[in-house]
Amino acid sequence: MTNKLIQSAVNKQYQYGFITSIESDTFAPGLSEETVRLISAKKNEPPFMLEWRLKAYHHWCTLSPPKWAHLHYDEIDYQSIIYYSAPKSTQDGPKSLDEVDPKLLETYKKLGIPLHEQERLAGVAVDAVFDSISVATTFKAKLEEAGVIFCPLSEAVQKYPALVEQYLGTVVPYRDNFFAALNSAVFSDGSFVYIPKGVRCPMELSTYFRINAAKTGQFERTLIVADEGSYVSYLEGCTAPMRDENQLHAAVVELVALDHAQIKYSTVQNWYPGDENGKGGILNFVTKRGACRGAHSKISWTQIETGSAITWKYPSVILQGDHSVGEFYSVALTNHYQQADTGTKMIHIGKNTRSTIIAKGISAGHGQNTYRGLVRMLPTAQNARNYTQCDSLLLSATCGAHTFPYIEVKNKSAQVEHEASTSKIGEDQLFYCRQRGLSTEDSISMIVNGFCKQVFKELPMEFAVEAQKLLEVSLEGSVG
Amino acid sequence: MLLIRNLQASIQDEKQKTKTILHGVNLEIKKGEVHAIMGPNGSGKSTLANVLAGRDDYNITSGEVTLNGNDLLSLAPEERAAEGLFLAFQYPTEIPGVNNMYFLRTALNSLRKHKNLPPLDAADFLTLIKTKVKEVGLNEALLHRALNEGFSGGEKKRNEVLQMLMLEPSFIILDETDSGLDIDALHMVGRSVNRLRNEERGFLVITHYQRLLDYIEPDVIHVMAHGKILKSGDKSLGLELESKGYSWIESEAQ
Repeated sequence: MTNKLIQSAVNKQYQYGFITSIESDTFAPGLSEETVRLISAKKNEPPFMLEWRLKAYHHWCTLSPPKWAHLHYDEIDYQSIIYYSAPKSTQDGPKSLDEVDPKLLETYKKLGIPLHEQERLAGVAVDAVFDSISVATTFKAKLEEAGVIFCPLSEAVQKYPALVEQYLGTVVPYRDNFFAALNSAVFSDGSFVYIPKGVRCPMELSTYFRINAAKTGQFERTLIVADEGSYVSYLEGCTAPMRDENQLHAAVVELVALDHAQIKYSTVQNWYPGDENGKGGILNFVTKRGACRGAHSKISWTQIETGSAITWKYPSVILQGDHSVGEFYSVALTNHYQQADTGTKMIHIGKNTRSTIIAKGISAGHGQNTYRGLVRMLPTAQNARNYTQCDSLLLSATCGAHTFPYIEVKNKSAQVEHEASTSKIGEDQLFYCRQRGLSTEDSISMIVNGFCKQVFKELPMEFAVEAQKLLEVSLEGSVG
Repeated sequence: MLLIRNLQASIQDEKQKTKTILHGVNLEIKKGEVHAIMGPNGSGKSTLANVLAGRDDYNITSGEVTLNGNDLLSLAPEERAAEGLFLAFQYPTEIPGVNNMYFLRTALNSLRKHKNLPPLDAADFLTLIKTKVKEVGLNEALLHRALNEGFSGGEKKRNEVLQMLMLEPSFIILDETDSGLDIDALHMVGRSVNRLRNEERGFLVITHYQRLLDYIEPDVIHVMAHGKILKSGDKSLGLELESKGYSWIESEAQ
């Protein structure tokens, strides 16, 4: 009986499912050396980039997709995917917002991304990636004043080739895994951030990704370098139209923190999850990794994963510098037939390094939610510490939660703590709330939000509210 | 106000076996009255409280219940709450991550919405809760903690009474609110009930012991056993029970 109530309380529509009709410059489907060369030529890239892409491509040809994840999906036909699609009107690159297609701006408005004046109020600088290319980066002037570089990666390749060459692929090498190799070969754009020594970035930086064109893969690549003593908080959001076929998203994010630098990276991922029968949706295979290269550096990942049909991602931190700190806060929600296999890796190399992992998985409908985490203490990691807590909340009898924690300790002074719990949404809790006058829907939302609180409080203020709402939307009609 | 006629209810155990718990309960509580139900463990007292509040673990196999003339059994728990029914739980549940005060404010404003009243703003709410929290003797710090999480047994019960005072329901069921309380806390429960007691409000007080009834003088005492009310009487019945034990009623009823 309770199940039925929860079920009826949990069905809302995906509200970002619109399609924008815009003329695009699109390649024919398929991947070959020629495709890679064409992408590089489109971007007018220097030779080092093309060489790197080709090496990645040839390496990718030798790989097969990973099978170890707790995920079930039809094999992806990589030759049927379009690897480059760009809104036509911006082919030569917009010089200012006035040159951006008004339809695009309309799309962003629908998404709630403030591209014009609203932004200044929000204090957020946005780099918006539409299908494959960056459309507009706002707030450039103010950031330039502070010496912060925030621009599309393609622009950085032109303007700051030395920086890009120095860092690109150093955290996630193209040999890292199948999807990272694919991304390295064909990535079409993404964001580049460089925070100079001692600078605290004056505003939150943000990227919004959107897949619009049909049968198109999105392969963006983000590179953030925080120089000594700097600080940056970065947020990415993602949406996609509702389409019957699956669409591939294989992104790479690399973070580099030098001495005393801090990077806070937050994600609100709301790609189209497919319909209630599991048809369509984004296949999300993402490699995210940060390197705490400097002493006393800190990298913190916060992710709210509510979208995508398939999620495969493990934002990780390599704790190389002594006294460096890595954090991972995650809420992953799977409803209907969504599947998520997500977690983190904390690789402790330096002395006195510390890491914290808080992972919350919520499963509803037929959703399958897997936490997969690795904590590795290398022999050099004197006095390193890790604390891991992963909790699962089940909202239906047909969903599943799975936990695969891997712990490797090679240093006797290191300490690792792991706590895990699984609970079903309590009938007692639900009845208690309703007895006090709350509707079933409000009760569920309150209980689930309470469950996620530890993670939500890590999000920047303005996005914490968004995340809570998103959770409510994603849960509507989900539980049974 | 509350009228129960021949109420029968059963529950399915883990082996899917049906077990009848209420075997035909009859009870009438008029406005302004305080009724107490006493009885041994397993007599169906808590089941009665939960069935009245709308917990869906139970099957109502026959009988009817009206509150102020409305068919109570057809209403969802939140609708019963909106009708003014309040249950002080025997074992208040913990809800991690949900701020105690935020919960209470949400509950209060949900009920106000039903009455077409505007929500109470944060400042007014704060003023109100600060006086009430003193009345029930709850440490104010607990307002800022997660609902009941890590509260002691006594603190949970005080929190229930706090909610009762804040929500000002018109029909109140106390399900063994006195169990596990020390003398001071017992006194507080009595004081709080007496404060709310008026000619418009009804109470159903479920307890094992006569002790609580020293503080809350009931108009009627019922003795329940085997899912039925076996005997009703005035407050002297409580004292008689105290001296003779429940077996006296059970043997008398046979």
